[in-house]
Amino acid sequence: MKILVPVKRVIDYNVKVRVNSDNTNVDLNNTKMAMNPFCEIAVEEAIRLKEAGNATEVVVVSIGDKAVHEQLRTALALGADRAIHIDAAQNLDSLHVAKLLAKLVEQEQPELTILGKQAIDSDNNQTGQMLAALLGQGQGTFASKVELNDGKVLVTREVDGGLQTVGLALPAVVTTDLRLNEPRYATLPNIMKAKRKPLETISADSLGVDLTPRVTLLKVEEPSKREAGVIVEDVAELVSKLKTEAKVI
Amino acid sequence: MALLVIAEHENGVLKPDTAKAVAAALKVGNDIHVLVAAANVDPIAQSAAQIDGVSKVVTFTDEGCEQHLAESLSDVVLSIANNYSHIFASATTTGKNFMPRVAALLDKSQISDIIDVVSADTFKRPIYAGNAIATVQSNEELKLITVRSSAFDASGEQSACEISSLEHNVNNTVSHFVSAEVTESERPELTAAPVIISGGRGMQNGDNFALLNGIADKLGAAIGASRAAVDAGFVPNDMQVGQTGKIVAPDLYIAVGISGAIQHLAGMKDSKVIVAINKDPDAAIFQVADYGLVADLFDVLPELEAAL
Ligand SMILES: Cc1cc2nc3c(=O)[nH]c(=O)nc-3n(C[C@H](O)[C@H](O)[C@H](O)COP(=O)(O)OP(=O)(O)OC[C@H]3O[C@@H](n4cnc5c(N)ncnc54)[C@H](O)[C@@H]3O)c2cc1C
Repeated sequence: MKILVPVKRVIDYNVKVRVNSDNTNVDLNNTKMAMNPFCEIAVEEAIRLKEAGNATEVVVVSIGDKAVHEQLRTALALGADRAIHIDAAQNLDSLHVAKLLAKLVEQEQPELTILGKQAIDSDNNQTGQMLAALLGQGQGTFASKVELNDGKVLVTREVDGGLQTVGLALPAVVTTDLRLNEPRYATLPNIMKAKRKPLETISADSLGVDLTPRVTLLKVEEPSKREAGVIVEDVAELVSKLKTEAKVI
Repeated sequence: MALLVIAEHENGVLKPDTAKAVAAALKVGNDIHVLVAAANVDPIAQSAAQIDGVSKVVTFTDEGCEQHLAESLSDVVLSIANNYSHIFASATTTGKNFMPRVAALLDKSQISDIIDVVSADTFKRPIYAGNAIATVQSNEELKLITVRSSAFDASGEQSACEISSLEHNVNNTVSHFVSAEVTESERPELTAAPVIISGGRGMQNGDNFALLNGIADKLGAAIGASRAAVDAGFVPNDMQVGQTGKIVAPDLYIAVGISGAIQHLAGMKDSKVIVAINKDPDAAIFQVADYGLVADLFDVLPELEAAL
């Protein structure tokens, strides 16, 4: 069984972004970039399924400019077998990302596609669900457990009320939540080995998807700032301030 | 053209998120329909019909929709989508799950997690864990939108509007419901509570979360947690507040033993009043707190409970 794992290059989760001076976007110049944390969890899950003998090949794919090779090499160092770079402009709508991935799924025919539930830059939480829709496959989103059995997959999902388990016919799409696994770190020998693993670049154009934007980014602003308040001495002062000043209790 | 809001429900009860999604829709237009797709639609539809601004409730009875299966729910929404200019859902785990599926099936882009309506096609939404606010314009004829509940005040009440039912054969051969593990709690829901007290890694273990119980009882508060506390297994996942958990904006948020990582702040920094209890005077949480108490939580929690 083949598993496809799409990964996204995003700002490192420890970095706080700034809005640029002309309010057209955030300033990503000289910013530390990394694989989206939820995509790391997706890569890890695919590798574990392979290690457990449930999968035979893990293919990773990323869409963007050449810089995404860095994240693809990371995924290869973690244990993916081969990588595909879809060369395209950054900042595509999720729908377009899903359409490009759907074309790739048609070519590669994976039985499982595992994605992160959301990218920590655009925070859209759309791509996996859209991909499943385009492929007519079931979707197991926000997964905290994935079990393959008998031509189907059981996905336990983190939902607002607790946990929900759904059964999906294969092929299917899964998106990862934080508790699915704890991603490993790449070892130096594996980083060296990854340099020799296959990484193929294809152009987005060759996939024949109309990428005309459907959503226009008009403006990006700083959120309203909160002023730091006061430090109280003790519990008595805290309770009194909450009662008489803030009037919230 | 009318606007459609998809009702959020659990066990035959309409969730407060729906009246907030209606409030967002009312900023766009005033002919608002609500779709209730569930097993036991009547009580939910009754409540939805009484949300101010709703002109019609459409019900659809289905087991798959009761379980919020995205494949079933999107199939129903799809069957009526073209009657509307906008479709709104709450940005809950249900809305986040089915709405992008509807969007892709209609070949439309979606706008997620809006916090404001600028005009019928332009919306504000947080990006980068709320460290920037984007104003985005949809060029789609049919706009698909999920709404951040904490950013809208619920629409009020009205005398019930018309309720009608929908006939449709759901086409879902790819997914089925297996089981649910629902966290039972007497407390208010996190996303609806006026007061929240949350514990972080500083709580040290799950048993110590009991120290929050007495305070929560006295304040009628919900109990939340940081990711670190959930990852460590102190408390269940549905208690996580943050960028990738629940987004809350209560009147009072008390953060106990939480450092104030960007991802946590993203979920609570729009609370009206924030209190932080942390033994580290340099903890980032103090930068957003209205009232900070630098102290050991194990000393002050019993005192706080006694003082209330
Ligand atoms: C992709 C991604 C998504 C994430 N999503 C979320 C999210 O949705 N929500 C979220 O919360 N986090 C999220 N995080 C994690 C986030 O980055 C932090 O790691 C997490 O919020 C830290 O939790 P914490 O503050 O409880 O723990 P810590 O950062 O370890 O802080 C513990 C605090 O407790 C204090 N403390 C310890 N003992 C005591 C005591 N006895 N008395 C008083 N104070 C004490 C310490 O001084 C410290 O400040 C996410 C991270 C990633 C990468």
